[in-house]
Amino acid sequence: MRTRFTGLKAWWVQRVSAVYMLLFVLFVLYSFASQPMRAFPQWHAWMARPVTSVAFLAFFAALLGHMWVGMRDVLLDYARPVALRQVLLFAWAFGLLGLGLWLLWILLRLQG
Amino acid sequence: MTPPADQKLDASGNRSASQLPGPRAGADAVALLHRPVFLDLMRIQMPVGALTSIGHRISGVVLVASVPIAIYLLGLSLRDETGFSQVTALFTRFAVKAAALVMVWALAQHVLGGVRHLLTDFEIGSPLRVARRTAWFVNLAGVAVALIAAGVLW
Repeated sequence: MRTRFTGLKAWWVQRVSAVYMLLFVLFVLYSFASQPMRAFPQWHAWMARPVTSVAFLAFFAALLGHMWVGMRDVLLDYARPVALRQVLLFAWAFGLLGLGLWLLWILLRLQG
Repeated sequence: MTPPADQKLDASGNRSASQLPGPRAGADAVALLHRPVFLDLMRIQMPVGALTSIGHRISGVVLVASVPIAIYLLGLSLRDETGFSQVTALFTRFAVKAAALVMVWALAQHVLGGVRHLLTDFEIGSPLRVARRTAWFVNLAGVAVALIAAGVLW
């Protein structure tokens, strides 16, 4: 696990995900501005559209990758001793896995 | 004035002088090794870029903390009519609005600071004068976005 999201790869994960998330935020802001979603059917229908669902799926993937690299940097800087840091990194990886499953479940439920 | 023979870390966790690269790793490095450490955060006046830097980190941690809440609210709002109206009702409460405001500030600060970082990767805005100006812009624009959000929320 440590060899996959460290070093140059982590650097790329952080930047590529950042650019995608920036575009995604602009897309969501534009969508909300052009058609305010004040009622459940409208909101649900918008989220269930394939374009929106795929955009959200990619956003969640980017978000989780970004959260891994960012918190890894924070833990590398502050968490001592090293044993505690390893435990926290491991817990964080599991936490992200949990968040990913939760998000996947929300998206799958949308499709009925 | 010779550097110590051992390669251990010094008291503040830095590499010892003998490991420092470059031709100047002589007397200068020894001076570095014994430099005073002053970390009273209340009395250090940080340059504006340092505030942007620490702001990026603090806002990042705030965002991490708010992600589970956001996921919960997303799931609830998409569950059924009741869930949706529960979520909209939450945003009439002062405490929820205040928390949302902090989150919007964190998002704005993080996104703007992140764009500044990305531009720096392409060597745009690296000279100190420009970097200081963009740092001021990021810090002030983060607060400005939060104020706009406050206007929308209240």
